[in-house]
Amino acid sequence: MIVTQALDVVLLLLLVMTAVAIARVKDLFATVMLSGIYGLLSASFFVLMDAVDVAFTEASVGAGIFPLLMLAVLSFVGRYEADSKRRVALPVFLLTLVSGAVLLLATTQMPAFGGEDTPAQQHVAVRYIEDSPQEIGIPNMVTSVLASYRGFDTLGEVLVIFTATIGVVVVLLGVVQPGKARSLPADEDMADHKVLRIVGKMLIPLILLFALYVQFHGDYGPGGGFQAGVIFATGIILYAMLFGLSNAQRVLPMPLLRGLTALGVMIYGSVGVAGLLAGGNFLDYSVLASDPVSGQHLGILLIELGVGVTVASSMVLIFYAFSLTTSSDGSVER
Amino acid sequence: MDFFNYWVVIALMMTGLYIVMAQQNLVKKLLGLNIFQTAIFILYISVAKVLGGTAPIYTESATLYSNPLPHVLILTAIVVGIATMALALALVVRIHGAYGSIEDDEIRDRSKQ
Amino acid sequence: MLEQGNIVSHICLLVGAFLILSGGLGILRFPDFFTRMHAAGITETLAATLIIVGLMIIAGWGIVQLKLFFILLFVMITSPTASHALAKSALHGGLQPKVKNVVDGDSP
Repeated sequence: MIVTQALDVVLLLLLVMTAVAIARVKDLFATVMLSGIYGLLSASFFVLMDAVDVAFTEASVGAGIFPLLMLAVLSFVGRYEADSKRRVALPVFLLTLVSGAVLLLATTQMPAFGGEDTPAQQHVAVRYIEDSPQEIGIPNMVTSVLASYRGFDTLGEVLVIFTATIGVVVVLLGVVQPGKARSLPADEDMADHKVLRIVGKMLIPLILLFALYVQFHGDYGPGGGFQAGVIFATGIILYAMLFGLSNAQRVLPMPLLRGLTALGVMIYGSVGVAGLLAGGNFLDYSVLASDPVSGQHLGILLIELGVGVTVASSMVLIFYAFSLTTSSDGSVER
Repeated sequence: MDFFNYWVVIALMMTGLYIVMAQQNLVKKLLGLNIFQTAIFILYISVAKVLGGTAPIYTESATLYSNPLPHVLILTAIVVGIATMALALALVVRIHGAYGSIEDDEIRDRSKQ
Repeated sequence: MLEQGNIVSHICLLVGAFLILSGGLGILRFPDFFTRMHAAGITETLAATLIIVGLMIIAGWGIVQLKLFFILLFVMITSPTASHALAKSALHGGLQPKVKNVVDGDSP
């Protein structure tokens, strides 16, 4: 227990230090690297808090895809911040100080950290913990809640991802005509990086295999469609960076990805409609098979598949959109 | 000590808020938003933790589990967060194309002209 | 048997932790980019190896040990590659391996 608390304090203090460093450093490249560290630290913190599924997601998103997208944007907008002419820092600092103090005052009214009988641990959580292993029949309660009890909620989240991806593609590629691939590490740039290419060639199949493991092992351990999708996308993005966008597009062309993004959402919705047709409620999997528990298994498998397909193709599509955009204003600042 | 996690959450939130309000650079503002967002993730996950419990994956040996519900909410929020962040970044790229700058005050000056 | 395994694993973990500490100090104290990278390299390979081996001994024969072995394998492949790429791009960006007071432009 004491070890947990010590680690908790150390990790949280490191997080605060990283956040302050992000606020102070003027070099955007360095801040992006710091935000990668920030993602990794928060993932470690989530492991400490028993949130293994969340940690998995945060590690692959916060320390993986997020800095990557940020770096792609920095290649458009330049690396350094301009020195700000307006001085607003002091009033804003006082304002945050005051609101922070008010919030601190409010924490004294909260139940103490880690208690068994806090309001958050009552009500519906008890039912999830006690009944889901029998009712749904899979050990990972997070997957049961995500895919079955709160399946409708998750459908909404997948739709948000889908919509955001459409937004990115429209904003970046819809208005200007997509030009040739920009100088993101393209074929000829990376040709002299022999070591990177060979190691990448070794690792990419393993990354994709691991993503599939995470996808289908999500019922029994940490994992599931969201994590698997992000990991799968990382493998493809790595390939695109090492061997050029044109090669990657030969494997996964844009139109196919667009279709896959929609297909994942469609799989999800179709499972819901299948439940309706079989005489149950929308997204009620118990009626999908003769036995409720195997019906739940089938439903969760299909839903996670839909989530995985949508998330993976969304992430790759977003990366493609950033890589294909030609900067309409080619001038580089400084 | 009982509230240490919540104090850190507030410190992180305020750092994020400060960056969003005080910094002029749009990319920096987005990084501030990301810090704020992660602070909220930490709040939820801290609330879910039961001291002495284990991860919410059923095993024969364990009886005390942390609360799975906040984990689900935050897990999906992280992936939704990156998708919406990508949309914001796309807008930043377009703003840079239109105004030639991503500094807040320069954009304001140029849009007045 | 169990006792011996415990002692060996504790030694591995302690030495690994010490190397990480010295690597961290090195990153802070060394004068230029390339020497700092050398310090980071120690943390990445030897310290990580020792810690994972220590954990493997604690885990005992089973699926966890196998998973740790795979992690070890990946760390052994990816860390040197990352160091290599970093050093190469630093050289490419015009950073000379000399002692300088100010280190800047560590990427192309």
